Amino acid sequence: MTTLALPRSLAPAAQDALCAHCGAAAPAGSGFCCTGCEAAYALVNRLGLGSYYGRRALDPDRPPPRPDPLAAIDPTAFAEAAGEGQWTLDLAVHGLHCAACVWLIETMLAADPAITRARLNATTARLSLAWTGPREKAAQLAAQVGALGYRVAPIAASDMRADREESRELLHAMVVAGFAAANVMLLSVSVWAGAAGEMGSSTRDLFHWLSAAITLPALLYAGRPFARSAWAALRIGRTNMDVPISIGVALATAVSLFETLNGGAHAYFESATMLVFFLLVGRYLDRRARGQARSAVMHFLSLARSPARRILSDGSSETVAPEALRPGDLVQVASGEKLPADGVLLDGESSIDTAVLTGEALPKAARQGDLLHAGTVNLGAPLRLRVTALGDQTLVGRIATLVSEAEGGRAAYRSIAERVARGYAPTVHALAALSFAGWVLLGGADWRMAMLIAAAVLIITCPCALALAVPASGLVAASRLARGGVLLKSATALERLAEVDTIVFDKTGTLTLGRPRLVRDGGFAEADLAAAAELAAVSRHPLSRALVEATAAASPAEGVAEHAGQGLSLGGTRLGSRLFCGIEDDDGAVGPELWLTRPAHEPVRFRFEDALRPDAVEAVAALRASGYRLVLLSGDRAPSVAAVAGAVGISDWQSALLPAAKAAWIERARAEGRRVLMVGDGLNDAPALAAAHASLAPAHAADATSGAADAVFQGERLGAVPVLLATAKAAGRVARQNLVFALAYNALAVPLAIAGFVTPLIAALAMSSSSLAVVGNALRLNGSGRRA
Amino acid sequence: MSALVYLIPIALLLGLGGLAACLWAARAGQFDDLDGAASRILFDDPETNRRTRK
Repeated sequence: MTTLALPRSLAPAAQDALCAHCGAAAPAGSGFCCTGCEAAYALVNRLGLGSYYGRRALDPDRPPPRPDPLAAIDPTAFAEAAGEGQWTLDLAVHGLHCAACVWLIETMLAADPAITRARLNATTARLSLAWTGPREKAAQLAAQVGALGYRVAPIAASDMRADREESRELLHAMVVAGFAAANVMLLSVSVWAGAAGEMGSSTRDLFHWLSAAITLPALLYAGRPFARSAWAALRIGRTNMDVPISIGVALATAVSLFETLNGGAHAYFESATMLVFFLLVGRYLDRRARGQARSAVMHFLSLARSPARRILSDGSSETVAPEALRPGDLVQVASGEKLPADGVLLDGESSIDTAVLTGEALPKAARQGDLLHAGTVNLGAPLRLRVTALGDQTLVGRIATLVSEAEGGRAAYRSIAERVARGYAPTVHALAALSFAGWVLLGGADWRMAMLIAAAVLIITCPCALALAVPASGLVAASRLARGGVLLKSATALERLAEVDTIVFDKTGTLTLGRPRLVRDGGFAEADLAAAAELAAVSRHPLSRALVEATAAASPAEGVAEHAGQGLSLGGTRLGSRLFCGIEDDDGAVGPELWLTRPAHEPVRFRFEDALRPDAVEAVAALRASGYRLVLLSGDRAPSVAAVAGAVGISDWQSALLPAAKAAWIERARAEGRRVLMVGDGLNDAPALAAAHASLAPAHAADATSGAADAVFQGERLGAVPVLLATAKAAGRVARQNLVFALAYNALAVPLAIAGFVTPLIAALAMSSSSLAVVGNALRLNGSGRRA
Repeated sequence: MSALVYLIPIALLLGLGGLAACLWAARAGQFDDLDGAASRILFDDPETNRRTRK
């Protein structure tokens, strides 16, 4: 049982109230943590949807995002025409925490008469919209959802179409196989029951014919996924589990058909259909579990897709999707927007948030002629860019290519099921052939009886339990992890995670939260903070945002001027760097800081630090107690790395490492025979993530990083890492138990089949019971998780 | 045994009916959002929503 934890943010003593909208800590008496939440709360109540607050279930560890008017995007360029003045748009919605959110968003949008479709899929967090009227309404709709605190991003409908087609095909195949299995079993049970009693041979033959009529078309349709995969493996000279499955099913059906034609007593139609049905169920569930992780990653990819504003030769501008840009185009990037392409800054200066590339929270200054990279965010004044590289050619794109090359090594990893399959298939086929030859040559049986026995051997060995053994345990582990906020992307991730003996952490954004937080060191009064926040509220600089986050409702002041890379000013009041505020350098600076100078006031200093994840110390201690070797590899300067390493208790650390050096460190460790788990978030970690034996990234990580990782974890807690590793080990244990059980069952049943004792009834019983046993054993994983 | 002549076709027709319903539900997207469907019934459905949930 889990105990109900208080929100950690409650801890500061001065704050004892919760924000009525987002549930974060709020100053006593105000009721809200920020103006955005106040506005969202008013909006919800104005629409008459106030019952939302009674219905929702907030997870104290994962508070919903705050409404952020500065994060609004305009998805107009992604809206697609659907005829007769209709437009459709798919949006990824980030920050859903329970079913009440789905209800709130759908009901709010439905109140608008122009909207003809507003459907939010809770599984994939995709909002599908259709409306009549102007295309530009897209911006208003996105802003409406954004005002409630959810982050939205456009997704191209084609991105997920192929994926959905595939799972739909599996679902259809499963439904057809289920229908066939149930009806054929009905007929078969009658035959088995009648064999002891008065059923005549003509009735039996009729039942066999009916079974054949159901089985043949059903298997031709439902068996395609296996046949395709088996054929693909055979063509490149390999074998997988689908090869014995396909051969077994095909042979059982062929022999049964032959028996039916000749009025024989035994037919195996029900075994063939049941086998296919069981396997399809396993495959469909497996796909669903990993589909969740895939759609989560796709969301973060889509958050990165921002429309571009192209400046035409006549000076006007148009909004286009980033794919429509060409090198040489002029692009305008507003404040707070992502750069759509690599390019050269044409004029002026700005500050650029390069966190996506370096993982560092503080922005860099950019001057005229500087080369800026796609994916970074313009925090200063609007800037103009001459596009030099697009898509794959950008720095981000090149890193992604690097990552997929490094992943080639991991693709060669053989899962335990594949290793078993490689020896298994030839063995059972040889056994079947031998028993056929043995019965004909030594047993003196006619070839028809020998054929039946050989078919029985193949059916009894058909790896139903074996093929379910590993996926079943993986599926249960994956869904248990998903409830804890960890999403598995790769099919073999659990097996590789279970083998890990060394864990490498990145610093910024992995051990720490990756964004600055105001340190309440007593150097300023609340009134100073409120005065500073009024200026800071207009800026997107991370330090300004941290300042605003630390205050109650801060309303932005009018007429604030932002000086890129220096600070903010309003009349005689200045908020910014030491130099900007005219403070003498006293070498007392530790970490980032802001100064506030006002006429007739003493200068005030605000210090910031990149806070550790709330449970980083406990998580690291738990990992060390489990016997893992822990290493901290960072691109940051030595003093700050040493400080974090000391705080969490990692003695083995290195600083100022380039991305390639991190990957090289991991290659060396691998050469020494160590199995490394890399945990990192920046794009600079992507090569290291791909080089490691297994990898994990926080869900906010850069696109290519979450693409390279085997698993992503959501929320602020690092405790996901020990939980993930423990679950992987438990899943590995259960998978091995299942394999041993499946092989033991075969060792027992095969001699019976070879001896000719196996009738269709026994085959069906043995197959179902072994499959159920394996699935039941896997479900134990779920139970042990609840106790923990 | 003569009852089989009509009982079996009836059984098969019922089965086929179920299969058709299942395939229709899959095609209509009813299996696309299993998590959401489970909790949707807990909420009132204002008149306006019916128009927009396609």
